[in-house]
Amino acid sequence: MVQIDDLGRIIDEHPFFRGIDAKLRALLVGCAANERVEAGKYLFRQGAPADSFYLVRHGSLAIETHAPGRPVITVESVGEGEIIGWSWLVAPYRWTFDARAVTLLRVLSFDATCLRGKMDADPVLGYEVLRRFVPVMGQRLAATRLQLLDLYGKQKG
Amino acid sequence: MIALPADPMLPRLFDVLKVKRELADTFTLELKSDGGGFGFQAGQFNMLYAFGAGEVPISISGDPGKPGTLVHTIRAVGAVTEAMGRLKPGDTLGVRGPYGTPWPVEQAFGDDLVIVAGGVGLAPLRPAIYQALANREKFGRVSILYGARSPEDILFRKELEQWRGRFDLEVLVTVDRVSGNWGGNVGVVTKLVAKAGFDPMDTTAFVCGPEVMMRFAVDSLEKRGVSTDKIHVSMERNMKCGLGVCGHCQWGPHFVCRDGPVFHFDEIAGLFSVREL
Ligand SMILES: Cc1cc2nc3c(=O)[nH]c(=O)nc-3n(C[C@H](O)[C@H](O)[C@H](O)COP(=O)(O)OP(=O)(O)OC[C@H]3O[C@@H](n4cnc5c(N)ncnc54)[C@H](O)[C@@H]3O)c2cc1C
Ligand code: FES
Repeated sequence: MVQIDDLGRIIDEHPFFRGIDAKLRALLVGCAANERVEAGKYLFRQGAPADSFYLVRHGSLAIETHAPGRPVITVESVGEGEIIGWSWLVAPYRWTFDARAVTLLRVLSFDATCLRGKMDADPVLGYEVLRRFVPVMGQRLAATRLQLLDLYGKQKG
Repeated sequence: MIALPADPMLPRLFDVLKVKRELADTFTLELKSDGGGFGFQAGQFNMLYAFGAGEVPISISGDPGKPGTLVHTIRAVGAVTEAMGRLKPGDTLGVRGPYGTPWPVEQAFGDDLVIVAGGVGLAPLRPAIYQALANREKFGRVSILYGARSPEDILFRKELEQWRGRFDLEVLVTVDRVSGNWGGNVGVVTKLVAKAGFDPMDTTAFVCGPEVMMRFAVDSLEKRGVSTDKIHVSMERNMKCGLGVCGHCQWGPHFVCRDGPVFHFDEIAGLFSVREL
């Protein structure tokens, strides 16, 4: 069993929460659990309730999307030191992609209901979590725009 | 008899020794001339003349330490490059050059070296990689960060795999899109900049790829703390003379053929995001 101290240490060491105040970290620990996913298994599926978010500790996963009659497309890979999932922050709290473990995956999961409750009750925690999420969301949005440009395709003359 | 000065617009004739298909639309030509070897510096280009089709600027993609043959990697995008794609061993090609500014590999000695390439932009950087590897002990960490459209579009794949097998080199590859089996990174090349293990305080970066990609790559290098006076980019503009005479390649106050193609990012930062240029 992973001890509370260990969860706190994992949170501390992960780049996403690096430097977080000890009091806020203690609140986070209460919503956290260590999880392991075998390669090829899904962490979550498109359309399912977004009831968690994850810090990736080890391994990598593919963010996939699919449309009927078309092959599955991987839109991004996420690896060690990164986070996955923000659908838990925005109603109606449903995943918009599949997340498949490409290798054995170790993540720290956070129960979304628990975390949203604590963020509502303690705006300092709420601000701290959002402050860390926003740059990641910004980076992902910029990356998606670049991918849409099809940078390496041939230019139209 | 008085020897007349060689006409700089007159191409030297080279024979095609080998043609290597790299990707569906990209190939490498190995060329040789009776007139001996071809010295050049990493990052320089030649004006290649396909008889009956026309002349275009193409970077040299071979090893500057092996000037015996001349190597060019070309993506077929239009009339001239497509004509080059039809060349076979024994055919002839006209060559003028080498022209332009090189990657400042020696100036980077003592630093960590980060090479960021996108698509066929790996070709103009390959000579710099060869030169850096030949002087490996003169650098701190060396990272090669490469982005391609899909796994099928990864240029020099075998070589990248060999480089990745070395203990003194970090090679990270990402692709923009995947359908099917691929265990590697998916996402834009700028994401690799955040992951790579270099010390931004002492890093020189060489960046080559489509202009938008270079803009974002420079941005992410700056975000990591790499100083802009140590970032170098290679620019492309249409060219005619290649000699700084005709003005065809003018870009703001610069002639890309003469003042570039490799620019110090600081020199051109103001022009880089101007849409009309
Ligand atoms: C300094 C320098 C170094 C270069 N090095 C290389 C190299 O090593 N390998 C290489 O393959 N090319 C390189 N290029 C680009 C190459 O010169 C052009 O692709 C070539 O001039 C196109 O000529 P074309 O007659 O075949 O096509 P064009 O008829 O001139 O163009 C056909 C179509 O291709 C598009 N196009 C033109 N250039 C490019 C491009 N660079 N990328 C994508 N689409 C383009 C045009 O917009 C047009 O739609 C370099 C250019 C410069 C200035
Ligand atoms: S191509 Fe003539 S000046 Fe550059």
